[in-house]
Amino acid sequence: MKAAEEGMKASIADRPVKRNRRLPKMNWRGALAVAAFFLAWHFLVLLKAPGFREIASPIEVLNTFLTQYIGNPKYWNSWVASFKRVIYGFVLAQVLGIPLGLLLGTRETFHNLVYPVIEILRPIPPLAWVPISILFWPTTELSIIFITFIGAFFIIVINVHDAVRNIKKEHYWLALSLGANGGQVFRRIMIPSVIPSIAVGMTLGMAVTWNVVIAAEMIAGDNGLGRLTWEGYVSHTVTVVIIGMISIGLAGYLSTIGVDYLEKKMMPWRGTR
Amino acid sequence: MKTSWWTSRKFWLMWAGYAGAIAMWYASVKWLPIASFNRLPDPWAVAREWFSPHPAFGVSVFTPVYYVHIFYSVYRATAAFLLAVLLGVPLGILMGWSRTFDTYASALVGLLRPIPPLAWIPLAILIFPGIEIAVIYVTFLVAFFATVMNTYVGVKSIDPDYFRAAASLGSKPRDVLRHVIIPGALPNIFTGLQIAMGAAWFSLAAGEMIAAQYGLGFMIFESYNLIQFPTIVIGMATLGIAGFISSALIRVVGNRLMRWRVQSFGMKG
Amino acid sequence: MTVQASHAIDEAMEKSLTVMAPRPDVGSLAIENVGKTYDPEGARVVALHDCSVDIAPGDFLAIVGPSGCGKSTLMNIIAGFDNVTEGRVLLDGQLLATPSSPPKPGPDRVVVFQNGALFPWKTVLENVMYGPLVQHKMTLDVAEERAMDLLTKCGGLDKVAASYPPQLSSGMQRRVEIVRALINEPKILLLDEPFRAMDTVSKNTMHQHLLEMYRVCRKTIIFITHDLEEAIYLADKVIVMTSRPGTIKSTIAVNLPRPRTPEMMLGAEYLALKAQAIASVHEEAKKAFERGEREHA
Repeated sequence: MKAAEEGMKASIADRPVKRNRRLPKMNWRGALAVAAFFLAWHFLVLLKAPGFREIASPIEVLNTFLTQYIGNPKYWNSWVASFKRVIYGFVLAQVLGIPLGLLLGTRETFHNLVYPVIEILRPIPPLAWVPISILFWPTTELSIIFITFIGAFFIIVINVHDAVRNIKKEHYWLALSLGANGGQVFRRIMIPSVIPSIAVGMTLGMAVTWNVVIAAEMIAGDNGLGRLTWEGYVSHTVTVVIIGMISIGLAGYLSTIGVDYLEKKMMPWRGTR
Repeated sequence: MKTSWWTSRKFWLMWAGYAGAIAMWYASVKWLPIASFNRLPDPWAVAREWFSPHPAFGVSVFTPVYYVHIFYSVYRATAAFLLAVLLGVPLGILMGWSRTFDTYASALVGLLRPIPPLAWIPLAILIFPGIEIAVIYVTFLVAFFATVMNTYVGVKSIDPDYFRAAASLGSKPRDVLRHVIIPGALPNIFTGLQIAMGAAWFSLAAGEMIAAQYGLGFMIFESYNLIQFPTIVIGMATLGIAGFISSALIRVVGNRLMRWRVQSFGMKG
Repeated sequence: MTVQASHAIDEAMEKSLTVMAPRPDVGSLAIENVGKTYDPEGARVVALHDCSVDIAPGDFLAIVGPSGCGKSTLMNIIAGFDNVTEGRVLLDGQLLATPSSPPKPGPDRVVVFQNGALFPWKTVLENVMYGPLVQHKMTLDVAEERAMDLLTKCGGLDKVAASYPPQLSSGMQRRVEIVRALINEPKILLLDEPFRAMDTVSKNTMHQHLLEMYRVCRKTIIFITHDLEEAIYLADKVIVMTSRPGTIKSTIAVNLPRPRTPEMMLGAEYLALKAQAIASVHEEAKKAFERGEREHA
């Protein structure tokens, strides 16, 4: 019943209530939850609760960060190294994955020939490629970028492929009956229909990319944020581990904002509410 | 399309695709004058090793150690996945159902979600007693977020009229949960479980490589360290097969539970 | 048996097929000076202003008006999905809604929705049995028997009892939804533009089905629509609403005899009523339309 009432409230709230938009309300509950999280963390460490014996308190972490990391060029170099790998792997995956997805979606013979192979390779977790990748590529840098690429590549291929196959026949017919040629159909029908799926593929791909880069750096890297975190663990300095994790989270978050911005640019017809 | 599957063009093209891929693999490793390729194991060496009763590097379908690795990976993936479902589905439903709870929980999820689950590995090893639980925890974490988010979206996407109809017919909250929310969110929940399973294997492979004894990820990395290259590919292939089977299983269970969907789509198709 | 006697029986049978069920004892609704304002502190959107209607038990009331005139708001208030900010609503003398009481939906006022709200994950039979089962009013056996009985009575719907709603045509879905409401013995049946998305032919068929259901199990019916002809053809009383703020502009009493037949739509009485109604609605629709254009410009 409560849900029904809430559903009601939602439907009322969705109604366009005039234009005088007030300031967005502060989410007090959310802020409270976040504050409670940090307090709980702090006191669990203080009380030496099981599992928290080895953990640093948020204040220690902040302190270490301010005194040792914020001005440390080595720390910022880790950011640059990880970001570089993410961007290379991600961009490469889009550049190769989008055309391949389009091709798979439009060319029936090519699809029947190649898609099953992709279906077989896809379930192999990207990190399982690490050893082969190290073997193959002459430098660690290239092998990490390759693994990052694998992480985002299959996602974008599958998303674009599905999108092309789901384009309504009527759209083609309409375009053809209006006298469009192949190139026009491609530009005016195919590309706009596929863009939302490219956007989804990019969002998912970005999340996976960070995940892969971090793990690959832990396994095989010699710098980057993942390596920073791992070194913190190896040297038993928990503050560094936590600084690393927070930095990675922040970096991932910033990349998501970047991808969102890109998506808005690609789809001007969305989000103008 | 009356022709049977194995005489159809599609079927032959599929096998041509497989054969072509393997031939390309073989050719590039054996004949291409590029050192990078020549370092890799060729398909014939992999197959010979995989199905040999006396494998050169100690792992094949005839050796118990192969199944020990599989067992550990499957056990960890299953444990993490079940835990993620058990905790993630109720949490997602609660978040979708109650606005108050949503505002609290969303803030926390928003805070923790951007951290890639694999970045938790070092901390998890420190927090949990034993590497085993740490690896399962990291695997659980990815599966958990995927389950929560999809369940949440599933509940939110239920047409409000179903809630109204239920209320109008005299439902108590318990009935709404059982007859509207759960079945209504089920399609999304199962999408989430598929994603969760894929993500679980993904994390598990990494977790096992970084910090485990036994398991397919461990096997792959160990073989790399011991220069037993064909075994790496056996590990990769086995991981792929395991991932494929587990997501197929979820699909089968989902189709069973959502017969109403299968039927209504069958009508249209 | 003489020829005469058998003739008498035939006549009686035929008559019984056209005889209206008696008026029920319950289901009178009093809407008294009801007003509804959304967001009273902020934007102040007045959806309803000073609406009063009286409905006798067993009446068929239609509410007509342009989109956004507050007819759905009024229905939501009666159904208990929304509260009032002024006035009150009484059902059989019992307070149903006041500004101070929270909205409370219930099986005495069941709604049939515009886009249909049969649970797609339940079969037709399960949908129909849902109300009595969750209210613990019937056991499973009784509910099934009663549901099958009602489905049979309402134009042979028992044949699709085991189907899932998405497999049925939208007309059939709507009929099942009405049966799902009727099994609860509601005092009032609320129909929110149930035939909106249908073509003329299926709409006409649905009208006959609805009239037949009304004849057999007579309830107070509140029927929301934007289609005037449909309103006059079906109802005993048509209320025309104006928009922004939603108020009742006029009430048209329809005294066409029951049972109604499609031929009546050609009769002088019907056409006169239609002319009268068109005059009052047209003005409103035009106003709303112009306003709508301004808002989007």
